[in-house]
Amino acid sequence: MSDLTRMTATEIASLVAGGETSAVEVTQAHLDRIAAVDDRVHAFLHVDTDGALAAARAVDERRAAGEELGPLAGVPVAVKDVLATRGVPTTVGSKILEGWRPPYDATIVQRLREAGTVMLGKTNMDEFAMGSSTEYSAYGPTHNPWDLSRIPGGSGGGSAAALAAYEAPLAIGSDTGGSIRQPGAVTGTVGAKPTYGGTSRYGLVAFSSSLDTPGPCARNVLDAALLHQVIGGHDPRDSTSIPQPVPDVVAAAKLGATGDLTGVRLGIVSEFVGEGAEPGVMAAFRESVDALTKMGAEVVEVSCPTFAYALPAYYLIAPSECSSNLARFDGVRFGLRVGDDGNRSLEEVMSLTREAGFGPEVKRRIMIGTYALSSGYYDAYYGQAQKVRTLITRDFTAAFERVDALISPTTPSVAFSMGARTADPYQMYLADLYTIPTNLYGGPGISVPCGLSEGLPVGLQVMAPTMADDRMYRVAAALESAVGTFTPPAL
Amino acid sequence: MTTTLPAYDEVVARYEPVIGLETHVELGTNTKMFCGCPTDFGGEPNTRVCPVCLGLPGSLPVANKAAIEAIIRIGLALNCSIAEWCRFARKNYFYPDMPKNFQISQYDEPICVDGYLDVEVGGETVRIEIERVHLEEDTGKTLHVGGATGRIHGATESLVDYNRAGIPLVEIVTKPITGTGALAPDVAKAYVAELRDVIRTLGVSDVRMEEGSLRCDVNTSLNLPGQEWGTRTETKNVNSLRSVERAVRSEMLRQASVLDAGGRITQETRHFHEDTGDTTPGRSKETATDYRYFPEPDLVPIAPDPAWVAELKAALPELPRVHRRRLQEQWGLSDLDMQSVLNAGAVELIEATVAAGTTPAAARKWWLGELSRRANESGVELAQIGATPTQVAELQGLVDAGKLNDKMARTVLEGVVDGEGSPTEIMTSRGLEVVSDTGALTAAVDEAIAANPGIADKIRSGKVAAVGALVGAVMKTTRGQADAKTLRELILERLGVQG
Repeated sequence: MSDLTRMTATEIASLVAGGETSAVEVTQAHLDRIAAVDDRVHAFLHVDTDGALAAARAVDERRAAGEELGPLAGVPVAVKDVLATRGVPTTVGSKILEGWRPPYDATIVQRLREAGTVMLGKTNMDEFAMGSSTEYSAYGPTHNPWDLSRIPGGSGGGSAAALAAYEAPLAIGSDTGGSIRQPGAVTGTVGAKPTYGGTSRYGLVAFSSSLDTPGPCARNVLDAALLHQVIGGHDPRDSTSIPQPVPDVVAAAKLGATGDLTGVRLGIVSEFVGEGAEPGVMAAFRESVDALTKMGAEVVEVSCPTFAYALPAYYLIAPSECSSNLARFDGVRFGLRVGDDGNRSLEEVMSLTREAGFGPEVKRRIMIGTYALSSGYYDAYYGQAQKVRTLITRDFTAAFERVDALISPTTPSVAFSMGARTADPYQMYLADLYTIPTNLYGGPGISVPCGLSEGLPVGLQVMAPTMADDRMYRVAAALESAVGTFTPPAL
Repeated sequence: MTTTLPAYDEVVARYEPVIGLETHVELGTNTKMFCGCPTDFGGEPNTRVCPVCLGLPGSLPVANKAAIEAIIRIGLALNCSIAEWCRFARKNYFYPDMPKNFQISQYDEPICVDGYLDVEVGGETVRIEIERVHLEEDTGKTLHVGGATGRIHGATESLVDYNRAGIPLVEIVTKPITGTGALAPDVAKAYVAELRDVIRTLGVSDVRMEEGSLRCDVNTSLNLPGQEWGTRTETKNVNSLRSVERAVRSEMLRQASVLDAGGRITQETRHFHEDTGDTTPGRSKETATDYRYFPEPDLVPIAPDPAWVAELKAALPELPRVHRRRLQEQWGLSDLDMQSVLNAGAVELIEATVAAGTTPAAARKWWLGELSRRANESGVELAQIGATPTQVAELQGLVDAGKLNDKMARTVLEGVVDGEGSPTEIMTSRGLEVVSDTGALTAAVDEAIAANPGIADKIRSGKVAAVGALVGAVMKTTRGQADAKTLRELILERLGVQG
C-alpha cells in the first residue's frame, strides 16, 4: 500500500469502501504523520486520538455489517477550532475558552460524523478568527509547510497547513474575510467559501455573524466539492441558512475536470490586477488566465469600483458585530475566570477575565466595534459601512449580468515571513484585500492553486453569484486540470 | 426625608401630570422565544436550558413563530399598524443574568406601532395612545445568598437561574398621557386593567401581575399649566393594579414637594415599595448606559404576510369593551349598575356564574353584596375571595329549590369562603336545611298561633301584614331553618286566611 497520507479523499474513501484498507489504518497513518511533523508545523491545537480511532472503528464495523457507506466514509478530517465539538476542547485559539468542552456539536460537525468521516482533531487559528497569519493564536503560530519560517495564512492557517503537511486529506475552515481562501492560496491548497447561508453557522463560535461562513478545505477541487456536499444544506437551527439544496458542486467539479470551459464567461476584476499585487503573483495569475482561455472560456475585464471601499467597510462591520458577539465571554458560565477571590465585585471579575483572556488583536477589534456602534457614531460608522456593503453587492450583481464568474488573484502576495506584519495591523489586513468583497456580498468564492512564485504557491480566486457555488467549482477544477496540483518540499 | 407631603387636591390644582406606561407581558407559548426549551413555571433551577438560552459559544437563535403570532394579535387588538417588515435588534449591556450580555429585542423597527386602547374612568372614555408593541427575550434570575437581605450587598454567593432566560416578552409602550389631571392615577390603573383583560381574552398570556407575567413601569412628571413637560421618573416594581394607582399618586406627591421647595426632579429609575406605598431612587438615568443597539445579524427580518395578518385580525375574539357592552344589555343593567359591577372587578365572575345556571340578578346580588363585603374586609381582590362562580351558582340553586333561605344561604357562603367545601356539603355538615317536613313545621306553626292569640286574631280580621310576627316566632323555634315564603303561606292556611 502506498502512503495513505498522500492520497486524495476520493481515493481513501474508495479503498475503505472496497475493503482494501480500513478506516482505522487510514486514521492511524494520519495520527502517525501528525506525531511526526506537527511539532514543527503546529497545525493542531488538539489531536483527538481516541475519538478518531473510535470513529474509524465504527466505520469499519458498518462496512463489515454490509451497510452502505457515504462518499467520504473513513476519510479523516481536521476541524478548525472555531466549531463546537461535543466533549472535545474548543478554544477558538483563545485563552478565554481554554479547557472548555462544549456539550454539543456544531451542525457541520454532526454532519461530518453522520457521513462517517473521522475527526482527527482541532486546528490552530488566529484568536477568534481575527487575523491573516495564525500568529494571533493564543497557543503559538502555525508554520507554513512550504517554508517553516513563513506564515500559513489565517485565520485558518491550521487547517490549510494540516493539508499541505499531509496530516489530513480534508479540513474545515471558516471564512469571514478570507480565512479559508487566503490560507489555501499561501499553502497551495484548495479553500472554498460557500454562499453565506449555504453552510450552517450553528455551533460556529461567532466572530462576525453576517459574514462568517464555514466551508471545505482540501488538496484538490473534487475533494473540496465532496466535503462541501456533506456539510452544506439547510439547517433549521440557523435562521440565516438558505432553505434550498446545495448546488451540485460535485458534478460541477467533475465537469470542470474535463478541461472544457466553452461558453463560460469570466471577468477579471480590474481593481485587483493593478499595482497592489506582487509581480510573481501577477505572472502566475496571467498564465492561469491564458490556460482558462485555451479551455474555451471567454475572459474580459470587469470594473467593480466600490471594491476599493470593501476593506474599510469590513473593518467597521466585523468589529461591530464582534464587540457584541464576544460579550458573552465574561467568566460567568464557561471558560476562563480570573480574580474570583471572594473580595472582588462581579464587574471586576468580568473585567479581569476579559483583560487576561483576550489577546491584543481581539481587544483592538472589540474597541473599534464598541466605538463604531456607540450612540452618536453609529450612523457615521456602522450605518455608513452597511451602505457601502449595499453598493458592493450592486457591483457584484452588475458584474454577474455580464459574466458567469469573476476571477482575481486570491491574495496580493505569497506567504510572508513570520513576524513581518504583526507590528502593523493595516499591512496584515491587506492580505485579505481581494477576498473581503465576496464576504460583504455573501456569494461563494474559491481559491485554487495556480502556480508558484519564488517557490511559493499562488492562488487564483473564482467568485460566483449567490447559490451558484457550482460555477466556481467548475472553473476551479478546469484550472486544476490545466496547471495540476503543487507539492511542498519534504518536511 | 422628613418633608410633609402636600395634599393631593392641592397638587392637582397647581400641577398637570403627564404619565406613560411600559408594560411587559410574558407570553404563554409552549417554548422559549429563540429555542425549544419549555417555558413552564417552577422547574428546578437551570433545568429548562439549552446551548441557545445559555448563550453558549456558537449557538444561534431561531424566532418562535407562535410568539410572533401572539404579538401580532396583541397589536391588532390594540388597533396598531403591523409592520410589513421589521427586525430584531441587540441591546448590549453586561449583566450576569443575561446569558449573551446582550438582549435580543427590537429598537427602531418594532412589529406593532401607533395603536390605542380606550378605557373607562369615572364613566368617561379615555383614549390611551399606544406608541409601540415589540418582542424581546426575558433574562434569567439572580439570587443572592448568604446575606441577611437577599440583596447583593453582604451576600456570600450569587446564583443565577436561567430557566426564565429566553421566555418571550412583549413590551407595550404608551405615548405620553396628558390632560388627565387628578384622574391620572385612576387612568393608569384602568389602562393596565383593560390591557390585562384584552391580553387575557386573546389567550396569549396568563397576565398574572403577582407572578410577574405582567410587569409594569410607570413614568410620571409634573408641569405647571401652560409650561413644558417636567422631567420624568420611571417607577419600577409595580406589581398590582392597586400599586399602579398608588405609584402614580405617590410619585406626583413626591415630585410636587420637591418642586414646591424649589428643587429639580432628577431623571432616574425609582423603585416602588408595596408595603409603604412610596418610591425610592434607583439608578440615575443621567449616566445612562449606551446600549449600542444594532440589527440582530443572527436573525432574518420578520415580514408577516399581510394575508396572514388579515386572517389573524378577522379571527380576533370579542374584546372586553365590546363584550362588556353586550353583557350590560343582556343583564339589563343601567350604566351606573354596570359601573359598580366593573368597579368591583366582578364582570367575569358574574358571567361565569350565569353560565353555571343562575340568573344575572342573583349572580350580581351575591358578588356585589356578600362577597364584595368579605373581599373588602380581607383586602383581597374579589376573584381571590375563595368562592368560585360554580359554587355561587350551586348556592343559588339550593335557594331556588327551597332548601336554603336567604339567611342560611349567607351562612353557607361564609363557609364556602372559609374553604369548608361546596355549598351542599356545608349545608349538610352545618345541619342547615329548610325544614320542609310539613308535619314538624305545622306543629311549630300551630304552637306559635296558640302562643300568640292576639296576633292570630288580627290576621284573621284581615291585617295580613301582622303575619310577619308569627313568621318570626316560628323561625325562632326552628332556628331559622324554615323558608320564610313557605312558612307565611302555611300560617295563613292554618288561620284560614287567603294570602
